[in-house]
Amino acid sequence: MFESLSEKLEGALKTVTGQGRITELNIATTMREIRRALLDADVNYQVARDFTERVKEKALGGEVLRSVSPGQQLVKIVYDELVHFLGETHHGIELAPVPPTIILVAGLQGSGKTTFCGKLARYYKRKGRAPMLAAADVYRPAAVDQLKKLAESIGVPVYALEEDGQVVQDAVRVASEAVAEARRNARDILIIDTAGRMHIDERMMQEVQDIKTAVEPHEILFVVDSMTGQDAVNTAREFNERLDFDGVVLTKLDGDTRGGAALSIRSVVHKPIKFASTGEKLDALTEFYPDRMAQRILGMGDVVSFVERAQEQFDEKQAARLQKKIRTEEFNLEDFYEQLQRIKKMGSLKDLLGMIPGMGRQIRDLDVDDDAFKHIEAIISSMTVEERLNPQIINGSRRRRIARGCGLEVHDVNQLLKQFREMKKMMKTMTKLMGKGRAVDLSALMGGR
Amino acid sequence: MGLFDRFKKHDQDRLEEGLEKTRTSLFGKLDRLVRGKDTVDDEVLDELEEVLVTSDVGVKTTLDIIDRVEARVARDKYVSTKELQAMIRAEIADLMLGDSAERPAGFDAPLPHRPYVIMVVGVNGVGKTTTIGKLAYRYKEAGKRVLLGAADTFRAAAIEQLDIWAERAGVPIIKQKHGADPAAVAFDTLQAATARDVDVVIIDTAGRLHTKGGLMDELAKIKRVMGRQVPGAPHEVLLVLDASTGQNAIRQAEAFTESVDVTGLVLTKLDGTAKGGIVIGISNEFRIPVKYIGVGERIEDLQVFDRRAFVDALFK
Repeated sequence: MFESLSEKLEGALKTVTGQGRITELNIATTMREIRRALLDADVNYQVARDFTERVKEKALGGEVLRSVSPGQQLVKIVYDELVHFLGETHHGIELAPVPPTIILVAGLQGSGKTTFCGKLARYYKRKGRAPMLAAADVYRPAAVDQLKKLAESIGVPVYALEEDGQVVQDAVRVASEAVAEARRNARDILIIDTAGRMHIDERMMQEVQDIKTAVEPHEILFVVDSMTGQDAVNTAREFNERLDFDGVVLTKLDGDTRGGAALSIRSVVHKPIKFASTGEKLDALTEFYPDRMAQRILGMGDVVSFVERAQEQFDEKQAARLQKKIRTEEFNLEDFYEQLQRIKKMGSLKDLLGMIPGMGRQIRDLDVDDDAFKHIEAIISSMTVEERLNPQIINGSRRRRIARGCGLEVHDVNQLLKQFREMKKMMKTMTKLMGKGRAVDLSALMGGR
Repeated sequence: MGLFDRFKKHDQDRLEEGLEKTRTSLFGKLDRLVRGKDTVDDEVLDELEEVLVTSDVGVKTTLDIIDRVEARVARDKYVSTKELQAMIRAEIADLMLGDSAERPAGFDAPLPHRPYVIMVVGVNGVGKTTTIGKLAYRYKEAGKRVLLGAADTFRAAAIEQLDIWAERAGVPIIKQKHGADPAAVAFDTLQAATARDVDVVIIDTAGRLHTKGGLMDELAKIKRVMGRQVPGAPHEVLLVLDASTGQNAIRQAEAFTESVDVTGLVLTKLDGTAKGGIVIGISNEFRIPVKYIGVGERIEDLQVFDRRAFVDALFK
C-alpha cells in the first residue's frame, strides 16, 4: 500500500523525461503523487497541501539535470525542503545557570511520557549530572510505581507524595515540593512526569498550567507518539497554547511509522523537535536528526547519496549485466561475492540497503550486521567455483567441508544459503514492484543514464 | 530558518484558516432539493475527500469510498442533498463489518463458550489495560463471573495497574511477579478459570510494536498455550487501536492478525478530537469488526461500537 515516493514518481514522471524544464503542466500529476505520499505518511491534510505548493514553486522552471532522472530530482527538492522544514540544526536543552534545571514533561495518554522521563534521567546521569524525577502523574493507576521502578533501575532518586500508602492527588503540590527537595539534595536536574491528558479536558489542561505557574520550569517538553495521524495538529496546537512548550519529543520511532506527524507539528507550532525515542529500553533515546526523519516520511531511502556512492563503484556495463542476471534469475553466489566486494567499498551494508527505494521497510526487519559480511566472504571463499555457480548442488557433505574450510559451523553455511535464496526472491519482488513486467531499471539506481 | 520565517506570516494564516475550517459547507448545508441527479458535484467530492482524509481514513480507502458513492449515485439517483448525505453515510458504514453471534459484543448476550476467553493485544500506550478494566466492569455488571490474567509481566508496574483496575471492577486477578513468563501466567489464569467456574476470562498482554519479530512470536506462544488449557481459547482476540493513530494502524492490524489472528478491534481515546477513521479501511480489508470504543478514563467509559453513530461523528 505504501509504495515509496521515489517509485511512484518514477512512474508519474515518465512524461517529464526528455523535456528540458519542469513546467506547470508536466508536474501536475507528480505533485499529486507527492501530496498523496505525504498523506500516506500522516502529514496533515492542509499541511501537505501547503507543502506541495511550496515545492512546486521551487521546482517550476528548474532545469532537469541530465545525470539524475527528473523524478529523482524532484524527490531531492522535496527532501531538501523537508529537512529544512524539520529544522536543520539540532536543538538541545539549555541548562539553567542556577540549578536545578526544571524540565516539565507533558502530553496525551499513552504517548510515552513516563518511559521518556526515565530515559532523560539516564541520559543526564551518564553525562555526569545529578538528575531527580518527580512523580506528578497522580491519577493513572500505578503510574507512580512505574516511575519508581524505572528510577530504581537507573539509580536516580524520585520524589513522590504518598500518605497512608495512597498517592496524594495533588500534582501541583508534588511538583512544588519536588523542586524544594531537589534544591535540598543538590540535584541539578529535576524532571517532572505529569499525567497524560486530553487536550480538550479543561480541568486537566488547567492543572498542567498550574504546575507550570508553580514551578516555573526552564524547559517544557511535549511528548508525542510518532504514529499519530491527522489529529497531531490539534493536540500540538492546544498544548502549545496552554504551555508554550520549548520542544517536542517523538516516541516509538522504533516501529515502522512514517512519522508525518513530525512535519504537521512543526508546521503549526514552530518548535524544535529535540529528542527521538526508539525503544522500551532506557538507553533508547537519541537526538533528533531532521534528515533521517525526512527520509522516513518520504519512505524513500536516501536516493541521492545512494546514486552518488553507487556511481563511484559501478559502471554502466556492469550494471546492465547484473540487471540482466537478476531478471533471468541467473544471479549466483559468484555474482553475489563480486557485488559484496563492490558494496564493501561503499559503506555499511545496512545503510546501503536502506538507501534503495522501496527497500527501507523490508530492511528494518532484517538483521543485517556488518560483521556478518566477513563470515559471508569466508564461506563463499571456501566454496568451489562450481558450487558458487550452482548453489543447489551444495549437499550435506559439501556443507560440512565448507564449514571446516572457513572455520564456521554448518548452520552458518545453511544460513547463508537461505539468505541468498531470500535475497534472490526479494530481488524478484523488486523487479515486479518497480517494473510491472518490464526490466528493473537498476541502471538508474546504479549510476546509469 | 530563513525560509521558515519568510513563509511564516502568510502561510501560517492560511494554514490556520484551513485547519480551523469547520465542516459546515457540505454537511451543514440546508437541505437543497435537486432534480433527480446521477452525478456528484466535484465540490462535494472534494469536501468528502477532506473530511475523510482529516479523519485518518487514509487516501486509499477515501478513494474507494468516493468510487462507491459515485457508483451508488449513478445507480440510485438522489433528489436532495439530504438524500445524498444519507447515501454517503450508508456507503461508509457498509464498509465496516457488523457484530456476530459467534463473538457477541454485547455484555448481556449469551456467551458461546464457557469460560469465554478474551486475549487483549496492541502496541504500547494504546490503552489495553484500561480497556480490560472497563470490560471486566461491564461483564460483571451484566452478571458474569470474570477473571483477569496479568500477562503483561514486562512493563514496569503493569501488574499493579491491572490489579487496581481489578479492584475497581470488583473482579479477581491471577498474577505472578514482574518478569515472569507471560505464557505461564495465561496458562495459570485459564486453569484457575476452569477450577473456579468463571464465565469470562480476560488476558492482558504487554504492549509491543508490531515490528518486533521476537515479541510477536512470544504473543503467538501465549495464545497457543491458552488453547492447550481450554480448547478453542482464546475465543476472542481484541486488538486495541488508539484513535489518534494514523496510517500505521494498518500495519499494526496486519502484523497482529498474522501472529495471533485478531477477531475484533477496540478503538480507544475517542473522547478527544481524533476521529479514528483508520478503522474503516482496517475493518474492510482484514474483515474484522470493531467491537468497542473507549470514550474516557472512567470505568464506565466503554461502549459497544455502533457503525452509524461512528460515521455520523466523522461529519460532525
